[in-house]
Amino acid sequence: MLTLTLILIPLIAGILLFLLKGSNANTTKNVALVASLAEFVVALYAFLSFNPENTALFEVKYAWMKDLNINFHLGMDGISLLMTTLTAFLIPLIILSTFKFSYKNHAAFYALILLTEVALVGVFTAKDIFSFYFFFEATLVPVYFIAALWGGANASKITFKMFVYTIFGSLFMLVAIVYLFMKGGTADISSLTQTSEILGGSVQRYLFWAFFIAFAIKMPVLPFHTWQPDAYTESPTVATMLLSGLLSKMGVYGLIRILLPLAPIGVTNYSFVGMVLAIIGLIYGSIIAIQQNNIKKLVAYSSFAHIGLMAAGVLSGTVSGLQGALVQMVAHGINVVGLFFIVKVIYDRTNTRDLSALGGITQRTPALSIYFIVIMLGSVALPLTNGFVGEFLLLKGVYDKNAWLGAIAGLTIIFGAVYMLRMVQRSMFGETNETTAKFKDVKGSEVAVLLPISIVVIVLGVFPNVILKLTEPAVNTILQSLLK
Amino acid sequence: MYPIIILSITGLVTLFLGFLKSKKILLPATLFFILVALLSNFYDWNSPGLYFYEMSEITNLSTIFSAIILVSAFLIIALTRGFLDDSSAQPAEYFALMQFSLVGAIMMTNFQNLIMLFIGVEILSVAMYVLTGSDKSNLRGNEAALKYFLMGAFATGIMLFGMAMFYGASYSFDIKDVDSLLAQYPSRPVYLYIGVTFLLIGLLFKVSAAPFHFWTPDVYEGAPTIFTTFMSTIVKTAGFAAIYRVISVSFNQMHTFWAIMLVIMIVLSLLISNITAVYQTSFKRVLAYSSISHAGYMLLAVLGLSAKSDSSIAFYSFAYSLATISAFGVLMIVSKEKLVNGRPDESISVLNGLGKRNPFLAAVLAIAMLSLAGIPLTAGFMGKFYVFNDVASRGYVWLMIVAILMSAVGIYYYFKPIIAAYMKEGEGDRINVPQFYKIILGITTAGSILLGLLPDLVRGLL
Repeated sequence: MLTLTLILIPLIAGILLFLLKGSNANTTKNVALVASLAEFVVALYAFLSFNPENTALFEVKYAWMKDLNINFHLGMDGISLLMTTLTAFLIPLIILSTFKFSYKNHAAFYALILLTEVALVGVFTAKDIFSFYFFFEATLVPVYFIAALWGGANASKITFKMFVYTIFGSLFMLVAIVYLFMKGGTADISSLTQTSEILGGSVQRYLFWAFFIAFAIKMPVLPFHTWQPDAYTESPTVATMLLSGLLSKMGVYGLIRILLPLAPIGVTNYSFVGMVLAIIGLIYGSIIAIQQNNIKKLVAYSSFAHIGLMAAGVLSGTVSGLQGALVQMVAHGINVVGLFFIVKVIYDRTNTRDLSALGGITQRTPALSIYFIVIMLGSVALPLTNGFVGEFLLLKGVYDKNAWLGAIAGLTIIFGAVYMLRMVQRSMFGETNETTAKFKDVKGSEVAVLLPISIVVIVLGVFPNVILKLTEPAVNTILQSLLK
Repeated sequence: MYPIIILSITGLVTLFLGFLKSKKILLPATLFFILVALLSNFYDWNSPGLYFYEMSEITNLSTIFSAIILVSAFLIIALTRGFLDDSSAQPAEYFALMQFSLVGAIMMTNFQNLIMLFIGVEILSVAMYVLTGSDKSNLRGNEAALKYFLMGAFATGIMLFGMAMFYGASYSFDIKDVDSLLAQYPSRPVYLYIGVTFLLIGLLFKVSAAPFHFWTPDVYEGAPTIFTTFMSTIVKTAGFAAIYRVISVSFNQMHTFWAIMLVIMIVLSLLISNITAVYQTSFKRVLAYSSISHAGYMLLAVLGLSAKSDSSIAFYSFAYSLATISAFGVLMIVSKEKLVNGRPDESISVLNGLGKRNPFLAAVLAIAMLSLAGIPLTAGFMGKFYVFNDVASRGYVWLMIVAILMSAVGIYYYFKPIIAAYMKEGEGDRINVPQFYKIILGITTAGSILLGLLPDLVRGLL
């Protein structure tokens, strides 16, 4: 029942907002914020009352298409709960991040954010592969409209590229799903694992690539990433936060939830190729990030690099790789939203994203500097911040699978430190100049975004066990199918 | 059965209503007649049987198809308010013709005897030929009507020839007889194969499947938009009901023969339509090619003939009809705002800035396009999922992959109107839409979304 509540709160609020289109901007903002906070409270309750032994409480199952034996089936294990909580935590912050600004058609704007949340919760809790596909695709529609309608001058072209690209990837997945469904006669993900076991290696080869390409485009991983930097840069910050903080995690989640259990032989045979792609992407993204002067692009490429490491960790098929990916998904989701928000704060005050035009902001902004540095440290994986545990486990997972790959992937720590420190140093320190001379410190709703993020960066860095304990049983279940 | 009788009578009544001075009664009267026919249609629900001296067989599937036809007709005719009055001096004839064409369409869903199929096709087609050319002052409309008539008459001739062959092989026009005949005699005469081929060609012409699609873009473009809508929804649904019925009842045992034919046509329909549509600038032509491509998708369900195909093909027709009515409805309203050479502008660019000029119409258009493109949350996606599933279950996984790739191409041209509506700057003032159209378009749009979320509302019936 709790899962259904998590779907319904944003859904009802979203529909309500569409109906409230005549009301003034403050009302819609507050309605959206209250709804997303209510969602967070419910998610937090689920998080605290969760018992890995008894997940039946979270199950929701309705017949959806009776003759095909497809159900609207949601449920939560540790992994689902973790991702749902992350979603519920980030959406209120994303809504808060817009409080200082006014948007045309504000009711539709906030409604679309909440509808994205509905679809995201659906993806992270689906237990039926058709429900999963349905929500997976459904996330794209609201985000596309947010990005296209409230984006910059080139938004129409770039977001369309993103839409076509990702839909195209999902269609590969649709082929695989229809095929599996036809062979197995069921859409239940856990029953389908047996189907694919019977189908054997020759079919799983195709299943692996179909699913891998779909998720690789969504994350994105190297040859499929060309839509990402532009989409992240040209979209309004809200869409960028949604894409980088949450939608990219759907790809990693899909690898864990769908690819590993449904194509275990394929993973054993081909995961190495995927890992190599992911790690080349990681190095490539880091090198571009180092040379980037546009801070929004810099964060976009850093996100690309981080996602590559997560993909490699999951594909390694080891406990530490998976656990690391889960911790890192949460950490990266939180950090990247924080970073994009800071980029927006800087742009809002100086009207530039160019590193060479910035500098010396610290002198006038003690609060922003502290937040920025904390989040930056989380992002470069300093011990005692949230990024450390995840990155460490991921590298261990990759190393266990292949020492050489592990060694190359390890460069990410150095590269990450280089581009992040460079960004902070060039923008925040040094001499003040004309553009930054009148920089005002963050306050009000901006603090309300940055403070929770900074607290979580440190809390999760000190107590990573909160996550590790939660997900361990689920990770073990998933890896069992791989070990057979 | 009752809708056939009722609509035949009310069609005549409508003709006589034309003698009245006030033309205003025609539209409400027609809508009322169709509503009565729709209600009477469900009188036969769950009581299948033969009617008219075994010429027709009512089944639940045929009832559903007639219901889809009548619902679409209701919605389309409701949209004629304000459009038909302008262009025609004798609206009574047009309303009567539309009702007669519905009689033909419904006969095509429940025929048991091929004679009945022929009569149905002719009643439907003759009415459509006239309606296509109803805008007498429009040269392109006249051209379209003549084209449609010449090619349509030719196709009907071929179909009739096929029926004669069919009779030669089975000594009967009854479609069930051939099934038992095929079971008895393993050796089959050549003219049975010719008969099947010609019969299917005649019907595939009506649903505009490639390579019998050449008339479609020109006729769709030339005809008054309201009748284009009629053609692309009602004629298509009736045509598919007939194809599906004749194949599932009498030719099931000849699957290997017609399957090859259908596979070729599906591949042609999907490739030709989707690739050509990308280059179109006229919105009406885009929808014409979209109609060809959807014929291809619906043929997938026929090819994957199984117990589930009944509901798949009915669902697909309904989903497609709802989205098409929305799209044409928006075009009808918007194109009147800008005239080119005295004619409404029907290019995609007329939709520019629609998001600002009328947000409601823009939303209706966007959802219709998403549904036609097959994006989840809409009925179009569910429809596609079912036909893909059907055809894959029959072993045509490669064909499913072709269809999926083509629907990816489809996204490109279905998004052009959305991008025009929301992201391009348009000229022109706010468009005012009467409450009446808002209700009708609201129904089609809500239907598209509702069926996308709860498809069992329609599928569960079968």
